Amino acid sequence: MERTHVLVCAGTGCTSSKSLELVKRLEEVIKAKNLQNEVKVVKTGCFGLCQKGPIIAIHPDRVFYSHVTLADIDEIVNEHLYKGRPVKRLEITDIDEETKEKIFEFEKIKFYAKQKRIALRNCGLINPEDVTEYIALDGYQALAKVLTTMTPQNVIDEMKRSGLRGRGGGGFPTGNKWQFAANQVNDEKYVICNADEGDPGAFMDRSILEGDPHSVIEAMAIAGYAIGANHGYVYIRAEYPIAVERLKIAIGQAEEYGMLGKNIFNTGFKFDIEIRLGAGAFVCGEETALIASIEGRRGMPSVKPPFPAVKGVWGKPTIINNVETFANIPAIINQGADWFSSIGTEKSKGTKVFALGGKIVNTGLVEVPMGTTLREVIYEIGGGCPDHKNFKAVQTGGPSGGCLTEEHLDTPIDFDNLIALGSMMGSGGMIILDEDNCMVDVARFYMDFIVDESCGKCSPCRIGTKRMLEMLIDICEGKATMQTLADLEALAIHVKDSSLCGLGQTASNPVLSTLKHFKDEYLAHVVDKKCPAKVCKSLLDYSINKDACKKCGLCAKGCPTSAISGVLGKEPYVIDPIKCIRCGACVQNCPFGAVERA
Amino acid sequence: MKSLEELNRIREEALKKVNLRQNNAQYRILVGMATCGIAAGARPVMKALMDGIEKDQLPVTIQQTGCIGMCIHEPIIEIIDQAGIKTTYLEVTPAKAVEILESHIKKGEVLQSYTRVGNR
Repeated sequence: MERTHVLVCAGTGCTSSKSLELVKRLEEVIKAKNLQNEVKVVKTGCFGLCQKGPIIAIHPDRVFYSHVTLADIDEIVNEHLYKGRPVKRLEITDIDEETKEKIFEFEKIKFYAKQKRIALRNCGLINPEDVTEYIALDGYQALAKVLTTMTPQNVIDEMKRSGLRGRGGGGFPTGNKWQFAANQVNDEKYVICNADEGDPGAFMDRSILEGDPHSVIEAMAIAGYAIGANHGYVYIRAEYPIAVERLKIAIGQAEEYGMLGKNIFNTGFKFDIEIRLGAGAFVCGEETALIASIEGRRGMPSVKPPFPAVKGVWGKPTIINNVETFANIPAIINQGADWFSSIGTEKSKGTKVFALGGKIVNTGLVEVPMGTTLREVIYEIGGGCPDHKNFKAVQTGGPSGGCLTEEHLDTPIDFDNLIALGSMMGSGGMIILDEDNCMVDVARFYMDFIVDESCGKCSPCRIGTKRMLEMLIDICEGKATMQTLADLEALAIHVKDSSLCGLGQTASNPVLSTLKHFKDEYLAHVVDKKCPAKVCKSLLDYSINKDACKKCGLCAKGCPTSAISGVLGKEPYVIDPIKCIRCGACVQNCPFGAVERA
Repeated sequence: MKSLEELNRIREEALKKVNLRQNNAQYRILVGMATCGIAAGARPVMKALMDGIEKDQLPVTIQQTGCIGMCIHEPIIEIIDQAGIKTTYLEVTPAKAVEILESHIKKGEVLQSYTRVGNR
């Protein structure tokens, strides 16, 4: 009998901090202790708390270990698995604010306490490479229910009633999308899963595919039944090797168990899924470009209408849904539209997965009900900014989104609220910025990304974004005038209004939202030629505080342009501002913090 | 996959594999496995419990725990039901462990005599 399961995160985050080596070592030590028949090691998907990885969970004890290293494995096996004494120093803990006592139960830890996991329900709980574990937790029950007890229209009505909206960014009601495709009369239709997650800092879809690929496969088959399609494509970027591998295994197992293929559940319904690898172009997340790429053409958007639901891949009616949208669907079918629509806000139902990144204590993956405030996500779950720095802004929606500030922190998160504030939900990347981030530099970063990723088909996006980037660089380098600012804003509005696809139409958002909320930072760059956050190197002046200088000469030694002079042990060192290239090496090299930036 | 029944059969079989991760077993049995417990013979007791649970597919998860503090009465096992009510059995042997499963887990009857000191 297996009495204990040791769950090791094998998502991309923990794998990169060597969790697979931990699995190997665990198995060796368990064998050496002759516990291999009692204790099983399971590789799972992401637990969400990526900051503290590699993570190991031990059940049924419900103990979570963080930052586990190879050196800790012997102790975990000998103490916990052999003698039943959890290794306290590795356990994830919080302090209870009332009793001031340590909390060890993971459900009560702040990071998990406010979360509600629907799309991520199986991530970190099952082995994604074993279909029977998915089946054990009600997997494929929804497909069985749909095929044996519901008509396609029933399924679409259920989706409409649930209020599910597309999680890829647009927030279009999923049931309506399915209805459009179902209404088309055609001999072939297609279901596409958009796994071309491209926003910098977003990794929700990757984690779902790595942790629970069958939930997406099951939902695609359900979608196929609802609209009358027999073929599905998963369009996934090749940079996600673990997700691609697990998806391949999962599709193979689903075929083996007859969840895909012909005559599924003896109903005559057939459905198959093919994987299409994308080369990582951001624009291929746009649905018409994605279709072009699947067909083997260059990934460029085309004019809508016709919408893909009418004329999609190979000219046939096609629905395209995002990974997270699909992952919600089996749960909606199993637990009902009423259950799902009871969660969330009036117009945004259910939950949303966010990838927290940037200046935040708990970098990781969280799933919260719609309507949770930004403050709850950033402070209670995310733990706020590290090192007691002041929060400045949160960037949502990636390069298509915008920045929200302190004053927006109590806004309940839903599709419409974020758009009203000039940002958007996007796919769920949430990048936290603190006082050390320069907002002009942030806008420049996103514009740089857009210029790289613009496909070049329409002039506003191809030329407009390039010109905007040049202006932003001028501002960062102190070469801009007030006219630059006015031109930037005017051009941003032009690009927004006249671009062909969503990429161009939203490309201006990072500029417009930072201009709106952080005008003073732009003015500081343009008028005072200063970067208040001390990020833009061209605008910084370095000097050495002669009272703090210990005359050690380390700054001069590390200076690439020999701009620092002084006499070792005798005279304080001085920086020549003309030779100085503002690289900041001296700040790093000074052990006494004597180099000052202004 | 031909029918819901077939899916449910696979599900029942697979549930055994993942149930212990779900924190929903009817009973939890804690076995004292500190040095004192192991020295007094807790490992054979745990083995007997595990074999019994597996043989009859009982709705029980087994956890090891550290020293409970009454080292002289080891091996000690504690049975906790879903309501959180705890029964502590002292001086358990593999044979007694089997009896405890038969009576406490299967019939819901606490074996009072084994909860007392000096039942060895």
